[in-house]
Amino acid sequence: MEYAVDPGLYALGNPGDRSEVFVTANYKMSFDALRSSLPGRDAWILVLDTLGINVWCAAGKGTFGTDELVERIKTSGLTDVVSHRTLILPQLAGPGVAAHEVKKRSGFTVRYGPIKASDLPDYLDAGCRATAAMRSKTFTLWERAVLIPVELVHALKPALLIMAGLFLLGGLGGSDGFWTNALNQGTPAVLAFLAAILGGTVIHPLLLPYLPGRAFTTKGLIIGAVTAVLFVGLAGLDLQTWPGRLGALAWLMFIPAFTAYLAMNYTGCSTFTSLSGVKREMRWALPLEIGMGLGGLTVWVALRFVS
Amino acid sequence: MNNLVYLKDIVTLVYDEGKCTGCGLCREVCPHNVFGMNGKRVFIRDRDACMECGACSRNCAFGALSVQTGVGCAAAVIHSLVSRKDTGGCCPPDISANGNCGKSTGCC
Repeated sequence: MEYAVDPGLYALGNPGDRSEVFVTANYKMSFDALRSSLPGRDAWILVLDTLGINVWCAAGKGTFGTDELVERIKTSGLTDVVSHRTLILPQLAGPGVAAHEVKKRSGFTVRYGPIKASDLPDYLDAGCRATAAMRSKTFTLWERAVLIPVELVHALKPALLIMAGLFLLGGLGGSDGFWTNALNQGTPAVLAFLAAILGGTVIHPLLLPYLPGRAFTTKGLIIGAVTAVLFVGLAGLDLQTWPGRLGALAWLMFIPAFTAYLAMNYTGCSTFTSLSGVKREMRWALPLEIGMGLGGLTVWVALRFVS
Repeated sequence: MNNLVYLKDIVTLVYDEGKCTGCGLCREVCPHNVFGMNGKRVFIRDRDACMECGACSRNCAFGALSVQTGVGCAAAVIHSLVSRKDTGGCCPPDISANGNCGKSTGCC
């Protein structure tokens, strides 16, 4: 399926020289969201070349930017199509478009419409006025949940490699042959890792606002700790013995390390984290995740050589 | 979404009240209601709600606002730590080199 739309000027319905001009990105979903939000209305749609990327990401990168907008106005011949000089842009184009620059270079006045295209009819009917709610970016349960598949897919390739590695590491040490050990010791490790992935990519986004801690890593650590405790319980480790205790410690280090890392990566999907904040969080989170992950792994393997 | 807050006292948002003309454009483009209007000038209502998207500074015609923007995801930060070239975080070096983020990358 093709996800990029050809840039240029499109007619929605039967627009004339006085019809509004809406600007959007050449990502199919952006384009479709816009045109489907205006049923029964006549309008022009100016599609910018954002390399098939959505409005907000492209604006952040600069592709949905002043230069592209000014250029696209020129190449589309918009000045000959409409008699007015107003453009309605999505609010989230703000990071990439300087309204005053566009006015100076093209003569067109930029009006920032609502964040969601679905709010456009109300916006227009109110005389191009947006409510405070229309100008606030939400991060609802649904909006958090729809990001889960892409996070899972991104985690899949490295996860498969790690699971193979864990299975093989399970073969080391212990009393039985390599492959028997791998099956008996490696399998629980793979399951623990899968539980960690579930916690980090599925549970974390869903429970985000309710989990303690401002940093995403903190939220991930908490999910990981709970998962690890459950795992230790299910594995039936005897906490009265040293091997049991150390085995539990290994899981308590290993599992949260991964849920925390995955939770930390969700900052890239979120709508409210800042780059400065992410950098600050990573300064302590990354060493902790690496330390806990390697530490847990080491204890897990070493146990089989000592006992 | 009042309980969706990130870290405190960390953003690089700088506001020069002296340059503000009260046009209100920053309030229009800000997706997190960071600014309020105080009579004829803007003020920062909720600094910690700022996500450094840069919409306000980009659209302030009077230079009253500045903020350090950048790709705000952990993966991008890790990438810039690991690779020696500054690719802006997301794109692999060969694509970023000619300034064109190709459609083949599935990152954005």
